[in-house]
Amino acid sequence: MEKFLAQFMPVDASEHGPYLDRLSANVHWLMLVLFVGWGLFFVYTLWRYNAKRNPKASYHGVRSHFSTYSEAGVAVVEVILLVGFSIPMWSKWTHVPPASSNPLEMRVVAEQFAWNVQYPGPDGIFGRRDIKLVTSSNPLGLDLTDPHAKDDIVTLNDLHLEVNRPVIIHVTSKDVIHSFKLPVMRVEQDAIPGMEITIHFTPVLTNETNAESDKWEIACAQLCGLGHYRMRGQMFVHSKDSFKKWLAAAPPAQTSIGS
Amino acid sequence: MALRRQIRVGSQWMYADEAHKALREALRVMEDEKGGEHGGHHLPWIRRYVFSTDHKWIGIQYGFTALLFLLLGFCLMILMRLQLGWPGTAFSVMKVLGETRQSGGVLLPEAYNQLGAMHGTIMIFLGIVPLAVGAFGNYLVPLQIGAPDMAFPKLNMISYWCYAPGGLIMLASFFAPGGTAQSGWTSYPPLSVIASQGQTWWLVGMVFLITSSLLGSVNFIVTIVQLRAKGLSYMRFPFFVHAQFVTSFLLLLAFPPLEAAAVLQLMDRVAGTSFFMPSGLVVSGQALTNAGGGNPLLWQHLFWFLAHPEVYVLILPAMGIVAEIIANGTRKPLWGYKSMVFATVFLGFMSFVVWAHHMFLTGMGTTISAFFQTTTMIISIPSVIILSSLFLSLWGGSIRFTTPMLFALAFLPMFGIGGLTGLPLGLAATDIHLHDTYYVIGHFHYVVAPGTIFAMFGGIYYWFPKATGRKLHEGWGRVHFWISFVCINGIFFPMFAQGLAGVSRRLYDGGAQYAHAKQIAAQTNPFMSVCAIGLLVAQVPFIFNFLWNAIRAALGHRDEGLGSNPWEATTMEWAATTSPPLAHGNFEVLPVVYRGPYEYNVPGEAAEFIPQHMPTAPEPAPRGGSLLPSTAVAMREN
Amino acid sequence: MDAHASVGHAELEIPYNVHPRPDTGVYNAKLGIWLFLASEVMLFGALFSSLILLRTGAETWPRGYEMLNVPLATFNTFILIVSSVTVVMAWSQLRLGNLKKGRIYISATILCALIFLVNKAFEYGHEFREHNFPKTNNFFAIYFTLTGLHGLHIIGGVIVFLYFLGPGAKMWARDPERYTNRIEVVGLYWHFVDLVWIFLFPVLYLM
Ligand code: HEA
Ligand code: HEA
Ligand code: CUA
Ligand SMILES: [Cu+2]
Repeated sequence: MEKFLAQFMPVDASEHGPYLDRLSANVHWLMLVLFVGWGLFFVYTLWRYNAKRNPKASYHGVRSHFSTYSEAGVAVVEVILLVGFSIPMWSKWTHVPPASSNPLEMRVVAEQFAWNVQYPGPDGIFGRRDIKLVTSSNPLGLDLTDPHAKDDIVTLNDLHLEVNRPVIIHVTSKDVIHSFKLPVMRVEQDAIPGMEITIHFTPVLTNETNAESDKWEIACAQLCGLGHYRMRGQMFVHSKDSFKKWLAAAPPAQTSIGS
Repeated sequence: MALRRQIRVGSQWMYADEAHKALREALRVMEDEKGGEHGGHHLPWIRRYVFSTDHKWIGIQYGFTALLFLLLGFCLMILMRLQLGWPGTAFSVMKVLGETRQSGGVLLPEAYNQLGAMHGTIMIFLGIVPLAVGAFGNYLVPLQIGAPDMAFPKLNMISYWCYAPGGLIMLASFFAPGGTAQSGWTSYPPLSVIASQGQTWWLVGMVFLITSSLLGSVNFIVTIVQLRAKGLSYMRFPFFVHAQFVTSFLLLLAFPPLEAAAVLQLMDRVAGTSFFMPSGLVVSGQALTNAGGGNPLLWQHLFWFLAHPEVYVLILPAMGIVAEIIANGTRKPLWGYKSMVFATVFLGFMSFVVWAHHMFLTGMGTTISAFFQTTTMIISIPSVIILSSLFLSLWGGSIRFTTPMLFALAFLPMFGIGGLTGLPLGLAATDIHLHDTYYVIGHFHYVVAPGTIFAMFGGIYYWFPKATGRKLHEGWGRVHFWISFVCINGIFFPMFAQGLAGVSRRLYDGGAQYAHAKQIAAQTNPFMSVCAIGLLVAQVPFIFNFLWNAIRAALGHRDEGLGSNPWEATTMEWAATTSPPLAHGNFEVLPVVYRGPYEYNVPGEAAEFIPQHMPTAPEPAPRGGSLLPSTAVAMREN
Repeated sequence: MDAHASVGHAELEIPYNVHPRPDTGVYNAKLGIWLFLASEVMLFGALFSSLILLRTGAETWPRGYEMLNVPLATFNTFILIVSSVTVVMAWSQLRLGNLKKGRIYISATILCALIFLVNKAFEYGHEFREHNFPKTNNFFAIYFTLTGLHGLHIIGGVIVFLYFLGPGAKMWARDPERYTNRIEVVGLYWHFVDLVWIFLFPVLYLM
């Protein structure tokens, strides 16, 4: 089943992805068993109890407790899926990895219809932002008088990650609700103005060839206005070395925004 | 002549057709006399047909209006599907949208959003709910419980006359500057608050629709509790009545929070408050000046607190209709009737505590998500019980494959697909990838389109003779069914593949821009759109069948020999009154109930079926209408 | 018995319009108003919940007693409680068959409601002069929304009372019991509207 579903799904490039996909496959097994089971019953009854074949109906019909068992069975399977898999997975999903795992941290700020990415830069601290400073060249309103801001790296629709290194992303929005979706990472988080929500994941595959089949994107999954359908950004997962190279080459806010 | 049907009148047997003729004659004489006496039946035209207080006519008003809205909602979707199937292609039909919504026949993105929001709103609030509750509920509940009318006939009329203007305001919003609402049927702020004026109209329209539903639901509950016939205990209700009863409670208690939300959003839009607007918003580079401090999630909580119960409002009446048709079409009682009733009530309760499963990705902690996942899994169980019971009801039956039965039977697997695909959405972990994709669209359309809409079609074919005295053409009914069945699956099944691929919903081009969506969108979207057009074409025989027979009936042409109980049913809407029922008033004498709702093929009884209001089963096995025995018997009781 | 004879009256009275149904113990309108009030509870409940959510989420929230006129609101609370009493008196007078006294008490209720509204208008006017509008901050937003909605409920009640004082009173001649029931039902609504105020008052003015 997992393989069957995978043929429709995008590549699975994150550490937690296979667990989600497996859970999804298991749920689909339950669905399939129920559907086929009842489906066979259904088709048989339609054939067997056609008025032509069975002119007189039975008042009592089924006498067994079959349905009670099947209902109980469904309930049991659901409990297993829920308690055994979904809830623990969610708890992991909301549990941000500790600093000791050397996570790569960044902030993603959505706006109509683009994704702004802010890296804290070498000092590891995000610079201060002030909405009064928002201009077209400074979409985040970064306050360059703040020393932490000067070395920040700000990109537009361009997300760079390092393979096998946990990523922590603080997701928020400047205007309306968007949804930050990385289909290949099995990651999605609504970007809600006024809230900064932290998510995390670990990419395990790279896409440095930049071929068409290797094109990974940030999608917007929540209706956010007339440009919703074209609100996307690209995503690159680098090897350790090439990520370093990218980082070194990326201009700090001080130069990219100017004064 | 084949076997003539015999029925009992008082203590003697008569040929059914003769008895009916006699009764009709009697009624005609009586109406004439009464008309002369106190004018009760010479109501002015406007009170008869426009501001009628008769639940049957109000039901018909609701039905016609809702069907028109359904058709409109479908037509809007056809335009959207054209764009989705062949993005950016010019279609001359788009020109109907006017200059601002298309350019040279190519739909514009903002117009796509308008059509989408209105498709959702129209289908749910102006189509299905008024059809399922306003039309079927209004027409049938008083008849099925043996009541002379609804408890508050005037309120019933006002309820319709809140619905109609609500719908007109929605339609008028298309002409608002900047177009109609375009933030989805969910109207999430801040997008909806900064949207153009049409959103205000949408909110005002919603307030009308909510008011209409509230009035209606109070009326239904009081009618069912107070006016049920003597002997009609709760466990003798036809299942449809139970479904309407629970539905009414959902409407009564879930709609007010949306009304509150609508008032707050209106204030945000009109009075400049910030209930849903956080501080520090920057829209297109411009800082907003509102005070801020609001919370956009507040809207989502209030909205989904309504909208989740609302989805059960869409499905419960459909299940009720399907249950009625299945009991009748299998000629046996529903299997597990009691557990179905309890499951329905439980479903009603639970539906108030699952709302946040629409909000898993709004930054929810483990505890809260665990709570809502658990309730969501729990609520799937009563649906499983109801569906299993309906499946098991078929076993041992003597199934008559009439058109209504075809639709009712198709409902089962279709709802099954829709319901089952709710499970991966209900588990928060798997919802991460599926949220806001076409998987969700596929999930709920399977429940509402081949699910609820099919049930509605089944109900229309089944009760049409009740309302008009004419039967819809069976052959065309089958054509309608089979083409619709194939096409509707062709539209919605590929959505699951799209959803798994991660194609987001509400995309103007169906995903043609996105790397991960491009391919599957190109492979499936044109096919789905062709199926949608096929589905539209499949409605043509139905619309003709329906209108032709409705017009003939209005002109006074009944089907001769159809009788009052063409499906040989046991519930009181058929058995205790003529078809169509009296113009004003339902029964000559209020019926008394002696037995459960589905007494078909009772062991030891010669009669194939025994209507609910018959004190004893007729001795030889008569087949056919049974209006007269009822009245006669009831008279004897008095 | 032939078909003609079995045909009774085509239009049947709706049962339990006036007298309670034995097994449920209520007449139709009474059940109806209770259901309606249940939905009103959900309406105001949703608004109160919104208030709680906004307030707990806010960094600062003004104190009601610093912003609003507490003595006036206390007086208004008192007025509404009085009106609840007068409406009960009206009903009990009608039950005793005394239309005249019943009408006096109904008039008293209307008078109380009008006094309440006039006070409210003064309050609003004062706030506007202080440049406190719904859009000023979320405290005033919720204050105006809640009290405005409550005021609309009061106005609705006044209209219904006026109707039963005037043209509606004709029903008394035909069916005094039914008229008395009507007043009972409106009275239940009126108690609810008072109750909402009893919640609003401390939440908005005192906390
Ligand atoms: C009538 C409408 C209806 C019904 C009945 C349901 C029923 C269910 N829904 Fe659905 N739902 C919607 C309408 C409906 N839904 C709508 C409109 C949306 C989207 C709103 C929007 O965002 O715009 C939605 C969205 C939605 C979501 C949010 C998804 C997201 O946005 O990410 C979730 C998540 O939990 C969910 C879950 C469920 C569940 C668990 C059920 C359960 O009640 C289902 C239980 C049923 C079963 C489990 C089936 C049992 C079947 C068998 C036992 C036999 C099968 C055999 C054969 C068929 C042969 N639904
Ligand atoms: C009850 C609800 C309902 C119903 C029945 C339908 C029915 C249909 N829906 Fe819809 N849909 C929604 C509710 C519904 N929808 C909602 C809530 C959304 C989300 C909106 C949003 O994003 O905000 C949505 C979104 C939606 C989308 C996704 C758009 C997007 O995300 O961009 C699509 C895409 O194909 C779609 C298609 C269809 C189709 C083809 C039908 C067909 O099944 C239609 C079938 C209709 C008929 C068969 C008509 C029958 C009527 C007659 C025949 C009339 C007869 C008249 C007389 C006799 C007088 N719908
Ligand atoms: Cu941003 Cu959709
Ligand atoms: Cu839901």
